[in-house]
Amino acid sequence: MIRTEEMLLNVGPQHPSTHGVFRIVLKIDGEIIKEATPVIGYLHRGTEKLAEDLQYTQIIPYTDRMDYLSAMTNNYILCHAVETMMDMEIPERAEYLRVLVMELGRIASHLVWFGTYLLDIGALSPFLYAFREREMIINLLNEISGARLTFNYMRVGGVKWDAPEGWIEKVEEFIPHMRKELAGYHDLVSGNEIFLNRVRGVGKYTKQEALSYSLSGANLRCTGMDWDLRKREPYSIYDRFDFDVPVFEGGDAWSRYKCRMAEIEESLKIVEQAVEQFPKEGEIMAKVPRIIKPPAGETYVRIESPRGEIGCYIASQGKKEPYRLKFRRPSFYNLQILPKLLQGENIANLITILGGIDIVLGEVDG
Amino acid sequence: MMDELLYSSPSLTNTLIFFGLGASLLMMVLGFVTYAILAERKVMGFMQLRIGPNRVGGPFGLLQTVADVLKLLLKEDTIPKAADRPLFMLAPVIAFAPAFMVLAVIPFSESLRFSDIGIGLLYYIAISGISTIGVLMGGWASNNKYALLGGMRSAAQMISYEVPLVMSVIGVILLTGSLNLIQIVEAQENIAFLFVQPLAFVIFMITSVAELNRTPFDLPEAESELVAGYHVEYSGFRWAFFMLSEYVYLFAMASITTIVFLGGWNPIPYLEFIPGVIWFALKFSLIVFFLIWLRATLPRLRADQLMSFGWKVLLPLALLNIFISAVIKEIWF
Repeated sequence: MIRTEEMLLNVGPQHPSTHGVFRIVLKIDGEIIKEATPVIGYLHRGTEKLAEDLQYTQIIPYTDRMDYLSAMTNNYILCHAVETMMDMEIPERAEYLRVLVMELGRIASHLVWFGTYLLDIGALSPFLYAFREREMIINLLNEISGARLTFNYMRVGGVKWDAPEGWIEKVEEFIPHMRKELAGYHDLVSGNEIFLNRVRGVGKYTKQEALSYSLSGANLRCTGMDWDLRKREPYSIYDRFDFDVPVFEGGDAWSRYKCRMAEIEESLKIVEQAVEQFPKEGEIMAKVPRIIKPPAGETYVRIESPRGEIGCYIASQGKKEPYRLKFRRPSFYNLQILPKLLQGENIANLITILGGIDIVLGEVDG
Repeated sequence: MMDELLYSSPSLTNTLIFFGLGASLLMMVLGFVTYAILAERKVMGFMQLRIGPNRVGGPFGLLQTVADVLKLLLKEDTIPKAADRPLFMLAPVIAFAPAFMVLAVIPFSESLRFSDIGIGLLYYIAISGISTIGVLMGGWASNNKYALLGGMRSAAQMISYEVPLVMSVIGVILLTGSLNLIQIVEAQENIAFLFVQPLAFVIFMITSVAELNRTPFDLPEAESELVAGYHVEYSGFRWAFFMLSEYVYLFAMASITTIVFLGGWNPIPYLEFIPGVIWFALKFSLIVFFLIWLRATLPRLRADQLMSFGWKVLLPLALLNIFISAVIKEIWF
């Protein structure tokens, strides 16, 4: 009888597939994972604490750095929370601009996920294809906000900059291009037998488990739960657009993949309609007092970010700084199911499962 | 010419000639490796909307690999404190030496060859199996958990895929009646074994990709899982040895595929005026290009899928192929 022993393997924080500085300590027997303990906090910057000393407009750049792959939705959640507290009316044109940039950001975020996921699984090329399209989106967002990643674009009451001349036309041109390339991705990846073998039935959980672990976004919709805040609790002007919520039944990595790919298509639909309905003229900022002082009290709002349900809780004492600010960061909640999913899996599946959850470490650590 | 030399009595002149020829083969292979790496980067760049190397040595980056090798030579050679020192230093050599040894039997045309031993194909398969030991040794001696996992994967993979690899060429051996590589090429005068033994060719291609540790079978060094697998602790020229052996095997494997299945230096009908060496080079390049193409396209298999694919699919198919070949041989030849 050969004497075997369990091995403690430390994956990360420096590891090519942990998408940042995530660390996970594995107890493995051969390649089979017996126990997994995630260790987070390497990117913790204390955003919520810092916010207590900042004026509301000053917090916006900090939100950019939480989920840095879709900074627009983060900008929006803070502005949305303050606007809800102050009961503010947002100009039409500003709302359309917000929806446009948020949906473009969602596509860009899903493209990064698609590329890096395939890179994790071992295919090198899709990454570069996805980044080609993402680059176009980044350029569009750069043109409107002046930054490529940390936009700092939205303000309480509207947006900072109006769309430059010809921007809307460029967005319009981008839509058919993206559709064409998306079909190419499906040709290259979605039908690949090796890819299917890697993702089908991997990291499976039920609807009940997803709910009890408080998962959201594609991680929840892949179990057959039809839950998208854009449809369920329409915020901004999402009730004006006609789009579907992609829901799949499998609950495995393959369903999550299909879910996100379908979401790109739905986002394109929204962008298309927003471009059509885009008001020719109009203000981009509401009448906002010079110093923003929400009335005393508390509020909680939530919206659908590419990663799931992002929420913002503000407790105000009527001062120009919040008394307490709290973000519900979807990546953090989605990550919680990881140790359970990893039990009994092998190391190759660890990468597939972790990648499939789609975490952004800036958001996990806050 | 080689035959005369081989059977002549040993003398100083002969030794020098032998040495010179060996060195020229080595140079040729190293030249191939240099430009295969460049070609791989260029072709993958082309497939991935990039340019690839374009700074060192003109617009095509012709000296890029040379610069890389020089850089590797100048790098500090680190050996981890916890490593098993002798094994750690021996491993790259064991991985690398057989890669060059197999080249001895490969004929590049009717006249351009080194040794002509009767069991060329068997020699090739037997010697190439030794490299696995180097990989496993490197993985073990590094005293690194990732390297160990990589080494284990490599051993499992090599053993599983060596079997169908050998089985797939048995059909060819049956039809030729010889293990000699030259006779195998001569047997393909009329039709390449690719068309006679299509199943064997497919199995051979798949298993040879697995033997070469290339995508989609690059599990031993799976970057996204095991960081770099068995050579994670190696740096500088020791690391270069592992890489070198990998590319020399690419050379050897593409050559053996050309010889066994694509008819070696046999020309396509009506194009006999082109010399055999060029035919060989063309067919050989096609195989190399195909392997690069695979790398740019496919994701990686999982270890357990790799195993079940090898034992449950490839091995029975290879056995079936032997059976069919035997029946065909019995009826027609």
